[in-house]
Amino acid sequence: MSDVMAAPRAKVEEKLFQNRYLVDAGRPHIKVKPHTTPSASLMAMITLCPAGCYSKTENGQVEVAADGCLECGTCRIVTRKTGEVEWNYPRGGFGVLYKFG
Amino acid sequence: MGEFSKPFDAIVVGAGPSGNAAAYVMAKEGLNVLQIERGEYAGSKNVQGAILYADALEKIIPEFRDEAPLERHVIEQRMWTMDDKSHTGMHYRSDDFNEEKPNRYTILRAQFDKWFSSKVKEAGALVLYETTVTELVKDLSGKVIGVRTDRQGAPIMANVVVLAEGVNGLVGQRSGLRNEVSPDTVALAVKEMHFLPRETIEARFNLSGNEGVVIEAMGTITKGMTGTGFLYTNEESISVGIGCIVSDFAETDVTPNELLEAFKNHPSIKPLLADSECKEYAAHLIPEGGYKAIPQLTGAGWIVVGDAGQFVNAVHREGSNLAMTTGRVAAETVVSLTRKREEMTAANLAEYEKRLGQTFVMKDLKKYKGIPDLLHRNKGNFFGTYPKLISAAMQTWFRVDGIDKISKEKAIIRNFRETRTLWGMMGDAFRLVRAWR
Repeated sequence: MSDVMAAPRAKVEEKLFQNRYLVDAGRPHIKVKPHTTPSASLMAMITLCPAGCYSKTENGQVEVAADGCLECGTCRIVTRKTGEVEWNYPRGGFGVLYKFG
Repeated sequence: MGEFSKPFDAIVVGAGPSGNAAAYVMAKEGLNVLQIERGEYAGSKNVQGAILYADALEKIIPEFRDEAPLERHVIEQRMWTMDDKSHTGMHYRSDDFNEEKPNRYTILRAQFDKWFSSKVKEAGALVLYETTVTELVKDLSGKVIGVRTDRQGAPIMANVVVLAEGVNGLVGQRSGLRNEVSPDTVALAVKEMHFLPRETIEARFNLSGNEGVVIEAMGTITKGMTGTGFLYTNEESISVGIGCIVSDFAETDVTPNELLEAFKNHPSIKPLLADSECKEYAAHLIPEGGYKAIPQLTGAGWIVVGDAGQFVNAVHREGSNLAMTTGRVAAETVVSLTRKREEMTAANLAEYEKRLGQTFVMKDLKKYKGIPDLLHRNKGNFFGTYPKLISAAMQTWFRVDGIDKISKEKAIIRNFRETRTLWGMMGDAFRLVRAWR
């Protein structure tokens, strides 16, 4: 299981190294609200997030590390009914900086 | 930002194609315009394939070809239906597209948007970058009278706010102007930029000078999901990407990255990208709900343009031209009301919708209003069964193996009927024709 998951995830991370970011240290623009059991929508983000920002913790919760976020908004839209994700744009000037777009 | 004591004639939220079109037209006509963009520069947050349709921009900046950063003009369109090992293509290439004023160009949005933004400033608008609009300011009657940003200071006031805030449209949604976007009316697309020497691109795609090719592909590449892949030639790079409806993605375990990798490694695509260097990986949402998904577009003191208004023609892969046209028409409406010294009331701004109804934007979206639902409901057939059947038929037809042609014809027809029944096919054809008209 872990091998199957590791291969594509590692590749996404490699791809993100190509991109430019200005990380707003200590002020993540996406937060997963505290929960005990994640909804199916939130769980779906583990594979659905194009930057691989979502992962499962040892205790079965879902967490987000938004540094590599591409600001597409998919997680916001997928979890709009469950409200488990608090999503804002990064502060002006921060976040991904597309060179080509 | 206490320095803005006098209200602006208009504030534009966002500096993509729709916001830039709106801000440019209003500033050019002498209005006092403030445009606010969250990125470090216009384009730094924007992602598109990208094809620029000249007509929409020509109506705003007629001489744009002399100065805009354009990549290649498109002389050839390839439409592919694909299974796992094959593609069946319809290609249209014409020397007519090598005209003095070409019709379509490939562009890189980060560079193009930066240029468009410089034109907006030249026209006299004030543009604030690195500033995120956080909310709309309303008066007691509910009329929008300005915005708040993530910068320190008092709200900034304006007679009208043009919301060109893109597909996520947080400001409008949080102010209750429209509903949240639904996962079944929006596609998630991922894209990479692959660099190659220009001679290699020209040799590989049979091009000379600034000629360009675009490939649009559908079939098993989206693994049963509603979606399409694309490959566009730029001057010294290739844009390659794939997108599917978000709710389809949510039902599978396929990651967007895996889907893109599989597309890039398809035997029909892989040689086109050989030896290239990837320099960027991007993701973006595309509103694909069409006519039925268009939200309320105007109200007291506000007006919506571009992706925030769901202005994308998914069937024809058109979006930036709809964005620029809605931006222009919104601006012309605001200019006309300002000149007549009319208030920016809901009733007066509704003129924008009336004007839009007379353009290709509304006419095209209306024409295809049934297509998004049809494709999504029948995704298994349109994005799986038919591409496989077409590919099998082509292979039967072209492989010379001692079997006579009458038997081959029968085998092809039998395969179609057994896989998708005659009634099923007739129903699909009927529904497609009805939705197309």
